[in-house]
Amino acid sequence: MNIVVCVKQVPDTATERKLRSDDKTLDRDAADGVVNELCEYAVEEALKLKEAHGGEVTVLTMGPGKATDTIRKALAMGADKAVHLSDDALHGSDALSTSYAMAQTLKKIGFDLVVLGAESTDARTGVLAAMLAERLGVPQLTLANKVDVSGSSIAVQRITDYGFDKVEATLPAVVSVVEKINEPRYPSFKGIMAAKKKPVETLAIGDAEIDGAQVGLGAAWTEVVDFAAAPPRAAGTIVKDEGDGGAKLADFLASKKFI
Amino acid sequence: MSEILVLVEHVDGEVKKVTLELLTLARSLGTPAAVWAGPGHSAAASAKLAEYGADKIYVADSADIVDYVVAPKAELLAQLVSSASPAAVLVAATAEGKEIAGRLAVKTDSGVITDAVGLGEGFIADQSIFGGGVNVHSRVTKGTPIVAVRPNSTAPVASAGAGTEEQVSVSLSDAARAAKIVDRVKQEKGARPELTEAAIVVSGGRGVGSAENFSVIEGLADSLGAAVGASRAATDAGWYPHQFQVGQTGKTVSPQLYIAAGISGAIQHRAGMQTAKTIVAVNKDPEAPIFELADYGVVGDLHQVVPQLTDEVTKRK
Repeated sequence: MNIVVCVKQVPDTATERKLRSDDKTLDRDAADGVVNELCEYAVEEALKLKEAHGGEVTVLTMGPGKATDTIRKALAMGADKAVHLSDDALHGSDALSTSYAMAQTLKKIGFDLVVLGAESTDARTGVLAAMLAERLGVPQLTLANKVDVSGSSIAVQRITDYGFDKVEATLPAVVSVVEKINEPRYPSFKGIMAAKKKPVETLAIGDAEIDGAQVGLGAAWTEVVDFAAAPPRAAGTIVKDEGDGGAKLADFLASKKFI
Repeated sequence: MSEILVLVEHVDGEVKKVTLELLTLARSLGTPAAVWAGPGHSAAASAKLAEYGADKIYVADSADIVDYVVAPKAELLAQLVSSASPAAVLVAATAEGKEIAGRLAVKTDSGVITDAVGLGEGFIADQSIFGGGVNVHSRVTKGTPIVAVRPNSTAPVASAGAGTEEQVSVSLSDAARAAKIVDRVKQEKGARPELTEAAIVVSGGRGVGSAENFSVIEGLADSLGAAVGASRAATDAGWYPHQFQVGQTGKTVSPQLYIAAGISGAIQHRAGMQTAKTIVAVNKDPEAPIFELADYGVVGDLHQVVPQLTDEVTKRK
């Protein structure tokens, strides 16, 4: 099975994240880049599927040069090779253009199964997997907390508000995973060393037949009109419990008409 | 005024509150037209939609719309975008709502904005990003604006619309039938409101201490008619099911009142609750960052404070 796992580098949530004042895009230099957390679950699931069914795991990343750190981590976990879609023309791409560029690249490199994390911690749109399924014309098996492949059949549990749906489809397909699907492995020392020798192919937009007029900030379907740091919340009332903390809280809730 | 499509969220034939909020929002920007997708439609449902301003109600109630993952609803909306040329399409910013919006954006070559917490003139959306640290105004610049709006972004206000029903038949493509839902498994839910929709959320964290002790959190939630949430520390420890996790890798909630008990308030948690209107915290540690957000905080043991609060709430009802 030819599995492609999409991995995104995001600014570390623990550091201060900012938008750039000039073009209102994410300031990727201001914060440390880390692997998006849910992408680690996607890599783990791809590796488990490979271990069970054979085949190859390819890491696909779209992002600037420094995203190679993210690629190396996925390779150190055990992925076989990587494709890095990197081109200045992609800077500022919104969800629609990102999904277009990723879909073009996936068509170029081929796949039986695409695995993604359900959401990134920076933009948090949660739309990419659905958009890829739409663009590639393959089944959308998203928000999965369990994936089973048997031959060319695939079944997932899709989490819902009431529990989960059992969903079935035929490969090729796009899967997105949620947090509790597995426990991502830590790269071993051997894995880290081996990752340095694994092939990483860097593609510019032309290499993946991506139309430059459909990507980047200028082509985006959405725009940030303006932005500002959120005003600090007005300082609240903090009291120490002297045996009447619950009653005082009730008074507060009553003053706000909650009770 | 131009039509604004609102995709109806419904469960067991009942219109969900978020749809009434979206209709209220749509009324301020154009003429709301509700879109009912899937079985379970009734005259009562239409009456509810009309009560909150739906001028038109498109009804596509064939079963196969809900037999496949997401794609059929996107096809239905794309068909209506093409036939009705609406000024915008609003969906609820639930995980599925956002996926529908995403596919619809591709189909109609339109921009999409997710997790709007407000929507104003020119369909300029308010978003709160980076865990609530930055407020953004954004808008769609190409195609029909598609906006996924968070539950509790506005208070639902009734104002009658004509509620004219129009049956819609949608012929699904093969691509839309590619991911078949073969079973729906309902897990224990109880009488509590849904987490992302609830007006009040009571969440417990590491300080709760055990799975059994979550009964303290549930007790307060039930006295207030609230939903129960949990921090990642609590779900990772196995004290409460993962689907109730509030935070960066869990659910994002935006209730009128958020009560955090035994939760320190790490950035990952704040990312899931910072847009709550009123925040209350109970924590033993006076240095816990949650107190920086709290409108009212009690430094103390939640096992003393929360049951006392529950008693007071029950008494004062």
